[in-house]
Amino acid sequence: MHLKHIDTCYCYLLQSEITFKLNGSGCTINTKYNLNMQVTRDAVDLSKFPADRIRNFCIIAHIDHGKSTLADRLLEMTGAIAKTEKNKQVLDKLQVERERGITVKAQTASLFYNHEGQQYLLNLIDTPGHVDFSYEVSRSISACQGVLLIVDANQGIQAQTVANFYLAFEAQLAIIPVINKIDLKNADPERVESQIEKVFDIPREECIRISAKLGTNVENVLQAVVDRIPPPEASIDDPFKALVFDSNFDHYRGVVANIAVFGGRVKKGDRIVSAYLGKTYEVNELGLLRPDEHSTGKLFAGQVGYIVAGMKDVKEAQIGDTLYLQEQPVEALPGFKPAKAMVFAGMYPMDQSEYQGLRSAIEKLTLNDSSVTVQRDSSLALGAGWRLGFLGLLHMEVFNQRLEQEYNASVIVTAPTVPYKAVLSSAKLIKEHGSKEITIVNPAQFPDRTVVSEYLEPMVLGTILAPDSYTGKIMSLCLNRRAVQKNMLYIDDQRVMMKYLFPLNEVVVDFYDLLKSLSSGYASFDYENAGYQAADLIKMDILLNGRPVEELITIVHRDRAYSSGKAMCERLKDSIPRQMFEIAVQAAIGSKVIARETIKAYKKNVLAKCYGGDITRKMKLLKKQAEGKKKMRLIGSVEVPKDAFINVLKRKQK
Amino acid sequence: MMSLRAARRALSPGVRRFSDTSGGEIVEDVSERTGCAQLTTQASLYVHWPYCLRRCSYCNFNKYISRDNNDHMMTECLQKETETLLQLSQVSCVTSVFFGGGTPSLAHPSTVAAVLETVSGQASLSEKAEVTLEVNPTPVGMSKLEDFCRAGVNRFSIGVQSLQDDDLKILGRDHSSRQALQTIEEARRLCPGRVSVDVMFGRPKQSVESWENELSKLLRVCDDHMSLYQLTLERGTQLFKQVQGGEVTVPAEDVTAEMYQCARRTLHQHGFLQYEVSNFAKHQKAVSHHNMSYWKGRQYIGVGPGAHGRFVLPGEGGVAREARTQTLEPDVWMREVQQRGHGTRRRIQLNHLELLEEVLVMGMRMTEGINHKHWELFSPQLSLREVFGRSTDVQELLQSGRLILDDRGLRCSWDGLALLDSMLPALLVELERQISQRLQRDHHTDGQTKKTSNPR
Repeated sequence: MHLKHIDTCYCYLLQSEITFKLNGSGCTINTKYNLNMQVTRDAVDLSKFPADRIRNFCIIAHIDHGKSTLADRLLEMTGAIAKTEKNKQVLDKLQVERERGITVKAQTASLFYNHEGQQYLLNLIDTPGHVDFSYEVSRSISACQGVLLIVDANQGIQAQTVANFYLAFEAQLAIIPVINKIDLKNADPERVESQIEKVFDIPREECIRISAKLGTNVENVLQAVVDRIPPPEASIDDPFKALVFDSNFDHYRGVVANIAVFGGRVKKGDRIVSAYLGKTYEVNELGLLRPDEHSTGKLFAGQVGYIVAGMKDVKEAQIGDTLYLQEQPVEALPGFKPAKAMVFAGMYPMDQSEYQGLRSAIEKLTLNDSSVTVQRDSSLALGAGWRLGFLGLLHMEVFNQRLEQEYNASVIVTAPTVPYKAVLSSAKLIKEHGSKEITIVNPAQFPDRTVVSEYLEPMVLGTILAPDSYTGKIMSLCLNRRAVQKNMLYIDDQRVMMKYLFPLNEVVVDFYDLLKSLSSGYASFDYENAGYQAADLIKMDILLNGRPVEELITIVHRDRAYSSGKAMCERLKDSIPRQMFEIAVQAAIGSKVIARETIKAYKKNVLAKCYGGDITRKMKLLKKQAEGKKKMRLIGSVEVPKDAFINVLKRKQK
Repeated sequence: MMSLRAARRALSPGVRRFSDTSGGEIVEDVSERTGCAQLTTQASLYVHWPYCLRRCSYCNFNKYISRDNNDHMMTECLQKETETLLQLSQVSCVTSVFFGGGTPSLAHPSTVAAVLETVSGQASLSEKAEVTLEVNPTPVGMSKLEDFCRAGVNRFSIGVQSLQDDDLKILGRDHSSRQALQTIEEARRLCPGRVSVDVMFGRPKQSVESWENELSKLLRVCDDHMSLYQLTLERGTQLFKQVQGGEVTVPAEDVTAEMYQCARRTLHQHGFLQYEVSNFAKHQKAVSHHNMSYWKGRQYIGVGPGAHGRFVLPGEGGVAREARTQTLEPDVWMREVQQRGHGTRRRIQLNHLELLEEVLVMGMRMTEGINHKHWELFSPQLSLREVFGRSTDVQELLQSGRLILDDRGLRCSWDGLALLDSMLPALLVELERQISQRLQRDHHTDGQTKKTSNPR
């Protein structure tokens, strides 16, 4: 969808130069970059790095502002990887990450850096670049004391820059603003500096101007990391205490957990306990990520690394969990709120015979992405499938793309829906559900108004940044989407930042595409969840000659009922073939029809010439129709091809 | 009038296996008299002349604009293939011959004579057997009609298409409406009562009114047979591209449906009986017997480039009917005929179900539909009622009044005929279900039972 502007030539280069292997459980990269020989594999003595010689930081940026390129340079300059032309987005291991130029899965790399005669251990925790993955960002942030906030010298502050800034700001991290791509012809670092000053209240003098691509001034970034980011507050004398901030699943070793050691030390053979489950494990392997695993046998306070401890299931390595030594229990760290699914979509195999294959593909993918919720579902039209919950639209797209690319599965994805809620008024129903408030994921289970005191819909706070010449158009688009303006700020003399409170439902389908097209691509958009609000929701039925079609029941806001009802009727009209009788395609609220399309009856349908030479061709066509007829779903006496449902339910192709 | 053909045939009566009266006579309803045995001993013959002078804008048929004249070789090859296929089919009687194309009226009348002579040499061909030639109503075509008659043609099918000269231009025809009228007149003079006129409706810019006017004009000059075809836009034709590109518009479906119904009414009022979707005749004798045999599911042999056939090959030990297609490209086809006696490119054996499917699809095009006897000929074990009587889909069609299943058989109503292609899938689904159930039952109850008759 919207994140396709990537440097294609980079990608081609990558794929031709580096082979990478995806082994069923996540991704190990098979690159052959040379490890820095100054610090040999066995010679790493991590005890030499007390907390004050450690810096934990991450890089945050709007998409395409050069986060991964800077990471490549940092890795090269500190000798983690050889300096070659081939290092393009080394930390982005997934095919989808490289294709889209986005980072989906956080990666970690430990760097050794000499500064004023001292060797420092810098832990770079790469973060996903989109707010859909902000749970990943906040996980990464929780293991850090500082961030590099990258802004493109040409494009200036964008929506995700703002969103990411606030995540870091709220976590009270040291923020180092880095203005990238100063080598570009239209670079205007001064303007960007004043934007940063205005929007983030960071003095312009603190900005570092670099070109990650050329390596210009990147050394200054490393110095700033040491100078401006505080070391982790962790003492080697405390009992061992570590935060699990990420986990992967490896087919052979089980769970590989990424941890940040907040106190004490841990070594191979130690018996550790998961505070969440209370289960005990023995440490089999641990070490640094540089960025591939580099076993060290020990980890000390303030350090970041990986640990393998015989956990068989990703659920055992709960993100946000605290690990401690069996004999020295500690108070658990605050942890994280579990990521919450905000966008739901049905996924069905193209053909029911592919069900098993798709199931195993989904299982494998969710092993490494615990934020996806999976629920079995079935549709009369599409057969058996699943209702999957995602953190956001991009998350859904990435998941879908990975399914197709990494598992070669072809899927029908239905139009995304959001989780509505209903506050029940009937005591009986409250008792039945065990709570007053219920979440409605499947529209068919929408409770009737008579038993509900109010319906709630999820809201998001959207940030839009765009040149001010588009303000008018953007405002009317937002108004159309039931959005309420919260704030508007000129970040410089040409660019405006607007904040709107949106119903999530209004942005999940095509909002971003419209925004992009009406602003000639200049507007950027990001959003964060903003709780629930009461909404006038109604259930809309789609009727074929008066008979409701179960799979097309939709929950809509009353104000949007007509337009979405009409759109559905039109799409259905275009995908149901004409029949011998007239077909009324209607959208209805209760018994009231709000939109109608008519599929006219055939008046004449017979081949004009059918002689000896025409039979073969005619029979072929008729047999095909007869076969198709067997697969039709019958609504009353209306024959509906499966495609028709797919056309109505699936997301529009862009 | 003694035709050349009759004279020739009189000279070689010994070749014929049946007497003229029993085999090839034009009978009013052959099906009742044609028993199971005749299904494989008789066949009609289609002969394809692939050349045209120019390409009509709507035509996607197998035709070639020939630059060099190889009529002679073409004639020899048509004869050769006729001979080979008749031998393979072992039919004793050819019930009708149809020269189609392309533009068969471009062929020399001697070609027609030669092919007919070959036929007579291989099987009995009654002098009364219907021999039709498709005619392009050009002055040249008209001037040859008499010679064609002498060669043995006794029925003309004239491709008038339209009486509007502007339309004829759009359609890419090489004649004027005046020439068409003259040709009709000449044909009627030569073969009174045996002339058919082809007209097309749903043409670009045509209105219901202009169509009605054209029809009444035609009714004044035509003979006893008319074929009315709705213009079908075929992929790959010039007209298709023009319509796609918006240069030309054709009437909407509602309008063509109206044209069809109005033509049916008008012809009915003028004493024409509709006997098939697009075919009308003043009386039983005027129907195209050759075409009837397609719709009645009889055997036919196709000769010439791209011709199709349906027949059993006892000569090769076959028992099941084959669907055969000849090589499309005339030069390649001729080479094949010269090398191995025929240019059959594709042979597909039709199984019992496939045969019944064709019988159903073709039979339902006739206004009389498929009567019980006709069906029984092909399906002695499962009657029409057994196949279609139980289906709810079919019941709905019967209730809607578009389909009729009664003591006579299965057929479309007046309204139903215009919607036949919407009904056929349901009928085919039911046929397949019943046949496969029957096969399973047969398997279960008596594995030994052999079908006593295997109609083909």
